[in-house]
Amino acid sequence: MSLNNIWVVAEPANGSFTTTTLELLTHARSLGGTVSAITWGVGGSFAAQAGEYGATTLYDAGDLAGALPGAPVAGAIQALIASVGAPDVVLIPTSYDGRDIAGRLSAKLDRPVLTNVTGYNADGSTEHPVFGGTQVVTARFTSEGPGIVVVRAKSYAAEPAGGGAATVTSIATGDLGATNTAKISASHVEERTGPKLEEAPVVVSGGRGLGEASAYALIEELAKLLNGAAGASRAIVDAGWVPYSHQVGQTGKTVKPTVYIAAGISGATQHMVGMKGSKNIVAINKDADAPIFQIADFGIVGDVHKVLPALIEKLKSR
Amino acid sequence: MNIVVCVKQIPDPAAPQSLDATTHNLDRTGKLILDEADTYGVEMGLQLVEKAGGGEVTIVSMGSAADVSGIRTALAMGAAKAVVVSDEALRGTDALGTAKVLAAAIRRINPDLILCATESSDGYTGTTPVQVAEILGLPAVTFAKSVTIDGTTVKVDRQTDGGYDEVSSPLPAVVTVTAGVVEPRYANFKGIMAAKSKPLEELTAADLGLSAETGAAGARQQITSVVAAEARDAGEKHVDEGDGADKIVGFLESIKVL
Repeated sequence: MSLNNIWVVAEPANGSFTTTTLELLTHARSLGGTVSAITWGVGGSFAAQAGEYGATTLYDAGDLAGALPGAPVAGAIQALIASVGAPDVVLIPTSYDGRDIAGRLSAKLDRPVLTNVTGYNADGSTEHPVFGGTQVVTARFTSEGPGIVVVRAKSYAAEPAGGGAATVTSIATGDLGATNTAKISASHVEERTGPKLEEAPVVVSGGRGLGEASAYALIEELAKLLNGAAGASRAIVDAGWVPYSHQVGQTGKTVKPTVYIAAGISGATQHMVGMKGSKNIVAINKDADAPIFQIADFGIVGDVHKVLPALIEKLKSR
Repeated sequence: MNIVVCVKQIPDPAAPQSLDATTHNLDRTGKLILDEADTYGVEMGLQLVEKAGGGEVTIVSMGSAADVSGIRTALAMGAAKAVVVSDEALRGTDALGTAKVLAAAIRRINPDLILCATESSDGYTGTTPVQVAEILGLPAVTFAKSVTIDGTTVKVDRQTDGGYDEVSSPLPAVVTVTAGVVEPRYANFKGIMAAKSKPLEELTAADLGLSAETGAAGARQQITSVVAAEARDAGEKHVDEGDGADKIVGFLESIKVL
């Protein structure tokens, strides 16, 4: 198959499209054909950025009035297909709202969806890491399109192409009935200082091996000394030691820093998927057989309660 | 308050996993257990029913009924009954097909609330609950870190990139819960014994009026190859003898981070 017409679900956040959106626009542009972006709630103000990354048209579903985006955005895409015809593929960022949109759209169009994609190829095939990223599955749709493909963060690099502003076209969400009745009444932001986890050149993450919540202060101090960000395994987020926004892994953030320091993290599949693309991995764990050592460039078999304080002292004295 | 909790029996994640060489389906020939991710939904459902002062939790699952020990685990925790859609014709069903089957089974129960995990721990597609909601024409709130019921409204703290949103939805609704939303109870001896005699209904696809659209033929997607990922070799490993911190500093200097 050749790709003539690609739609990218473009997720707005804090005055810009999300980084994953820009990565998908960049990649879509490289596949040839026409790239259109579908967004909501930002009016035409993002037309320049959409165009800069390769979209010629920006479809805007308008203000969602506090509704969760899943149902209305999928409804808008379905209505758009009814009006202008289906694209070859709809590329959707892996995010909370992205997965909702993909699920809704799949059921509305009665088309399958492929998720956890790290590669989308010009022949329409998709690549998925499985078993903690030790194997790569290649898959493809066997039905007629459009394919619905949900792509993980950092699968591609975002690069502007310098195109002119995209043409903005308003689209309607259609009649959604009860499906559109979940509404956001308040938003809470958990403040964090220092560089963003997804963008920091150094990430220091802690896991269950820290023993108790108070020991996470060591992770934060080390991250600060290295001008990095503090991350966490799912185990200690679930345990309530640190906010979810720190979580690295399958259901958390994907990071690819210059160096990733995993302290007291054994290396569960779900964690490794989120950090194995790091350039250098340093692991500190008292269990010499912990899976994390299989992917670590530099491992210390030892007690994090001894190694971390010593490391912090050394860095302070430099 | 009648609640359906969707669960999945999966191969034990602690055991080595593989894909079948010809079908590329996940090898499910070993012992199946209740997906740990589902225990949070079961617990949440039990707590909400207890708070409401009446009603029951019904477990709904799709998969072979040859081994239902994972379903019994959910019953032992306190669910009242279970419905398992088990049919050889459903082997290889994809996420949307699974959603069609679950939705058809849930429709017969007509619950006030449907709870699911955010994703299964084996396939982790993560779209099935929302597909179920769309097929049933219901609202969905995903990634709940807290769930409360206020009359005919479900209130959810939903995870976001930077924190969480407070979301309200009228019932009935589909809610997906994260690990950590509640602490799942362990089934006690009494619960385990009681589970043995709780109703466990087995249905086929035909019982639900489903046929061609499900199963591998209805999946409309296929795996074309499975290859080893670019290997990331284990590097140096040193046992800390008081010099671990020095060695890490040396490594960070060698890669010019320091």
